[in-house]
Amino acid sequence: MSRLRLSRWWFVGTLVFALLSMLVPLPGVLEPFKPYWPGLILIYWCMESEDRVTLGAAFTLGLCADLFDGVVIGEQAMRLCALVFIVLRFRSRLRFFPMWQQTLAVLALLLNDRILLLIVRVLSGASLPPADWWISPFVGAALWPFLFLLMDDIRARMRIQ
Amino acid sequence: MARARDESSPLFAGNAAGTLRLIFYLALSMVLMVLDHRNDWLWRMRSTASLVVEPVYRLAGMPTVAIRTAGVAFADRQRLTEQNQRLREDLLLANAKLNRMGAVAVQNQRLKELLDTQHSLELNVQLARVIGVDLGADRYQLTLNLGARDGVKPGQPVIDAHGVMGQIKEVLPTTSVVMLVTDPAHAIPVVIERSGLRTVAYGSRDSGQLSLPNIPLAADVRVGDHLLTSGLGGRFPPGFPVGDVASVAPASTGMFQAAQATPAADIDRSEDVLLLHDQAEPDGPPSPVTPMGPPAALATPPDVAPARASSVAGAFVKKLPVPAPAQSSGTPP
Repeated sequence: MSRLRLSRWWFVGTLVFALLSMLVPLPGVLEPFKPYWPGLILIYWCMESEDRVTLGAAFTLGLCADLFDGVVIGEQAMRLCALVFIVLRFRSRLRFFPMWQQTLAVLALLLNDRILLLIVRVLSGASLPPADWWISPFVGAALWPFLFLLMDDIRARMRIQ
Repeated sequence: MARARDESSPLFAGNAAGTLRLIFYLALSMVLMVLDHRNDWLWRMRSTASLVVEPVYRLAGMPTVAIRTAGVAFADRQRLTEQNQRLREDLLLANAKLNRMGAVAVQNQRLKELLDTQHSLELNVQLARVIGVDLGADRYQLTLNLGARDGVKPGQPVIDAHGVMGQIKEVLPTTSVVMLVTDPAHAIPVVIERSGLRTVAYGSRDSGQLSLPNIPLAADVRVGDHLLTSGLGGRFPPGFPVGDVASVAPASTGMFQAAQATPAADIDRSEDVLLLHDQAEPDGPPSPVTPMGPPAALATPPDVAPARASSVAGAFVKKLPVPAPAQSSGTPP
């Protein structure tokens, strides 16, 4: 029973960690390289455990992120919902991809996420972002194998689901 | 929960119900976005949720603080000594300048009293520290460690040692958010120090710049001109440096000159900023002038006027001379 509780705390903890990493500023030069942590962590949990991540959970996490981020409420909720929906739909296929294909899939997901964000921003009247704004999905995809292996390893060591 | 999922075919997990749910959530988020865009709900929600939000900000700011502390801890002794020496010299120089300025300020005060104006050189300021939190993709805002409990109000100007940084946009109980002068949605009335030309500096879309899109073609603006706050509009007190003109070119419309300026404040680097409190100068545009013209007593409706004129003829005659000077001053002789 305590193992179950531990695994739930681990799940919530990673999500909180993702939100915090989203808020931590980087030095100006590295700023465009910051990956979209909540998206990455959610993709991982979607692939790994079957029924833990639902659209509702993604929506709630997105609302929390919006609350912290202070841009416009519902923006990240929408992005994360779309992301989770796509991952859940192709979950069984994504899981059996070799790592490089999985990485490409994650890249596509993150790029799609950026396009959604761009649409929202442009519709709300912001200007087009600079070119280096598009680096972030690539960094996220490059980090994906390491993140995946690290999280899997930690889970195996803690022997939690 | 796991049972329910197992019954559906795992290879085609996304069924019609999933799509429906997705559509529901997407629609919900869009409605939220539109409503928030219209009504600015988010900030009200944030003030309510500040109990949760603010500790998270502090937590997210901790790596920055840690890096800063580590930087000091592991810094070269040599460098620290040099820095200390330089700061001492700066302090000495600043003190010397201050002493000289003190005399000038007293003199200025006396002259201004002679002129009977109320501008004061004294600043009522509050020191605030920047919390390192990354708010969204646009780097047009800062978070400060002072909030409503410290008496911070929206609209207060924020300056650093070199110039104007921006103004307070939103206030939470113990933190506040600054809108920087480089925000494209921000405009600040400025005056060009050399020529006295008044114009407005907007935040530029290219990050970290100010743009002055409407300078008259005939106006005298050169690269290197200093921009000061003009004090028009009443939000920023006059005389604070805003930036230096970096380039001037005719605008694409050909009707105006457009200039780019670099902000004077260290917008990317400042860690400590000053919040200006209510200035002695009156805020906002001057109070509306009482309308000129004949006194109200004369503007009585025509059907009442004769009756009153006949009854209080004396008062009517007495009031007649009043509009005369106003009219004579209005028209040239």
